Amino acid sequence: MINALGVPQRLLLLGATSDIAQAVARRYAADQPLAVVLAARPGPRRSEAAAALAALGCPVEEVDFEATDTAAHAEVVRTAAAGGDIDVALVAFGVLPDAEEAWNDVGTAVAAAQVNYVGAVSVGVALAAQLRRQGHGVVVALSSVAGERPRRSNFVYGSTKAGFDAFYTGLGEALREHGGRVLVVRPGFVRSKMTTGMEAAPLSVTPEEVAEAVVNGVANGKEQLWVPGPMRAVMSGLRHVPRPVFRRLPI
Amino acid sequence: MSAPSTAGRPLAGWGRTAPTVALVATVSAADDVVRAVASAPERGILARGLGRSYGDAAQNAGGLVLDMTRLDRIHAIDAEARLVDVDAGVSLDVLMRALLPLRLWVPVLPGTSQVTIGGAVAADVHGKNHHVAGSFGNHVRSLDLATADGAVRTLAPDDPATSALFWATVGGMGLTGIVLRVTLAVQPVETSYFVVDTERAANLDELMERLVEGDHRYPYSVAWFDALTTGHRLGRAVLTRGRSATRDDLEALAPELRRTALALRRPSRGTVPRGMPPRLLNRLTARAFNELWFRVSPAAARRDVQDVTQFFHPLDVVQDWNRLYGPRGLCQYQFAVPDGAEEQFRRCVRVIAESGHVSALNVLKRFGPRNPAPLSFPTAGWTLAVDIPVSAGLDGLLRRLDAMVLDAGGRVYLAKDSRLPATTLAAMYPRLDEFRQCRAEVDPTGRFASDLSRRLAL
Repeated sequence: MINALGVPQRLLLLGATSDIAQAVARRYAADQPLAVVLAARPGPRRSEAAAALAALGCPVEEVDFEATDTAAHAEVVRTAAAGGDIDVALVAFGVLPDAEEAWNDVGTAVAAAQVNYVGAVSVGVALAAQLRRQGHGVVVALSSVAGERPRRSNFVYGSTKAGFDAFYTGLGEALREHGGRVLVVRPGFVRSKMTTGMEAAPLSVTPEEVAEAVVNGVANGKEQLWVPGPMRAVMSGLRHVPRPVFRRLPI
Repeated sequence: MSAPSTAGRPLAGWGRTAPTVALVATVSAADDVVRAVASAPERGILARGLGRSYGDAAQNAGGLVLDMTRLDRIHAIDAEARLVDVDAGVSLDVLMRALLPLRLWVPVLPGTSQVTIGGAVAADVHGKNHHVAGSFGNHVRSLDLATADGAVRTLAPDDPATSALFWATVGGMGLTGIVLRVTLAVQPVETSYFVVDTERAANLDELMERLVEGDHRYPYSVAWFDALTTGHRLGRAVLTRGRSATRDDLEALAPELRRTALALRRPSRGTVPRGMPPRLLNRLTARAFNELWFRVSPAAARRDVQDVTQFFHPLDVVQDWNRLYGPRGLCQYQFAVPDGAEEQFRRCVRVIAESGHVSALNVLKRFGPRNPAPLSFPTAGWTLAVDIPVSAGLDGLLRRLDAMVLDAGGRVYLAKDSRLPATTLAAMYPRLDEFRQCRAEVDPTGRFASDLSRRLAL
C-alpha cells in the first residue's frame, strides 16, 4: 500500500533499464527499501539494475518485458502483481529515433510508433485493469514536452508522445472513480543515455531531477507535472506562438 | 443488507490521507454480516464504523467494506449487574445517552464519542482513565464474532476455550472477524459532571513530575502540551485532572447544575466546510493557538465543574474539524514508551518541537498496566500524541521518531497509524507472531483484510 505520506511499498518499472526508471527506484530506496519489479528485456543491463537495487536493500523481482509484444502485457502486469499490490507503476520505456531517418524511413517511423505509442497504450490498459482490481495505485507516465507542440526537428518522436500523453491523461480521468491515479510527467531535454551525443537543449535536466519530481508528484497527488517546473510556463507560451514565428525558433 | 454499490466508494480515515476505493454495503442485522462474510470477494471483507481511526484501518481497497452503523440496537441494560448488551454499531455517544438516566457510565471514553462499540473493541481504545481503568477490552465481558467459517462465536476473556481469540480480537483491528454484539461492564455515576483541577506546568520536567506524583489521586488525567516552544519552556503544559462529580460535589461547587445533574449537552459549533484552503494551519496560526491555550488556562491551580463535552470531547462540537488540515490531510502520531524511558521520551518531545512541523492538539498522559491482548497499544508508562499536517519532510521526522520509540522499547498506536513500515511495526509489537498465528487459525484464507493489514503485513 502507498502510505499517508505517499511512500509506496512496491514499485513496478516498465522499461526498467532506462536511466529515469533507475533514478526513480534509487530515489525511493534512498529513504526506505521497497520492493521493486523490473520489467525489461532480459540481459546484463537488467541484471546490473537488479543487483544495484538489491545492494540498497530492496527485494527485487525481474520480469521479461518487450514493449512491442502487446499480447503479453496483461500477463506481465499480473506477474508483477502476484507478489503484492502495485502501488506505483512507472511507464518509462521508449525510443528516440534519429529525427531525419524517422520521417524518411517507414520502418523507423513505425517502430517508434509501435514502442512509444502502441506499446504504451497496451501497457496502460493492462495497468488500468490491475488498479481497478486493487482499488488504489498510481501510474506514472513519462511523457515529454516534445508531445505538446510538434517541432520540425523532432516531430515523429513528438507525435508518439502526443498520443501517449493524451491516452494517459484520459486514463487518469477514467481511473479516478476506481481509486487509481495517473501522473503524467513531461520532462524537457533529459541528459541520459537516450540522448547521448545530442546537444543539450535549454532547461535540460538529469534523470535524478526527474526522479525527484516524480517522487514528490506522487506524494502530493499531482496529476501532471513538468520537469523542470518552469518548463510548464515555457511550453504554455510556445503553444501560442504563431506558426511562422515558431518555425524560426532555434528549437 | 443493502446490495453493495457496484461502482465502489472512496474511503479514507479521519486523517484523510490515503483514500482507496471499495464496495460498501450497509448491514442492519447479524445475518446480513454472516451472509456477507460467506460471499466475501477475493480482496476480502472488513467492518467499518464511524471512520474515526486516522489512517487506513477501516479501508479495504478493491474489496468489500461493511458499514456497521445501522447494526445499532441496545438490547439490554442491566442496572443491577451494571452490564449492557449492545450491537457493535452502537456509538459510544448513543450508549452514553442511554446510560446516564440510569446513573451509569461508559467505563472508557476516548477523545471522541463518535466511535462504535465494534471499533472500540477492534482498536482497544483508551481514555483519560487508563492509569486506573485500563483500556476498552478490560471492560468487555463477552462478544459475538462472525468468523471466516460462517459461524458466530461467543468469546469471553474468562473462558479458556475462547479467551485466546477474544484477546486477539481486542486490539485486533477487525482482522479476526466482525464483532456483532458486545456485553460491556459499565460504571455507576451520580451525575454527568466532573470535578476538574486545571493547572499549568512551566516545562516538560515539571509536567512529568506532577503526573507521576499526582495521577493516583485522579481517575481521569491528561495534559495538553505546547509542541512548538523550545528551550527552557519546552513541553510547557496544561494539566486537567478530575473525577466524576457526586451530587454533593454539585451542591458544593455548582448548585445551579443540580437540576440537570444527568444531562448531556453537546452544543454544535458548526461544521468546517469542504475545500478549506491549504496551509490554514501553519507555524504562525499553530503558535498563536498554542500561546492562547496556555494563556487562557489559570496560572494558579483551579478547581471547577465541567460537563462531559468540556472535559472529554471538546472537539466533538465542531463537525469535520479534520478539514482544517487542508487537502493533504493530517498524520496523527501517538506512541507509548515504558516507565524508565523518561530520557528517550523527553528527547522525542524535543525532536518534535524542534522539527519545524506544526502540531496544535498535543496530548500527553501516563498509562497504567497493559491487558493481555497481543496487539493492544497501551502499556505502563508514557504516551504522547501529536497531529501534524502532511507536508514535505514529515516522513523523515516520523521515521526518526520511530527509531527513538523503538529504541526506548515503545510502540505506536495502530488506530492512529497511517505510515509505519511493516518491519518497524513487527519490532514494536513483539507478540505480533502470536496474533498472526491466531488469525491464521481462525481465518486461514485471509477473508478479512484491510489496507492497514496489507501495508503492515498483519
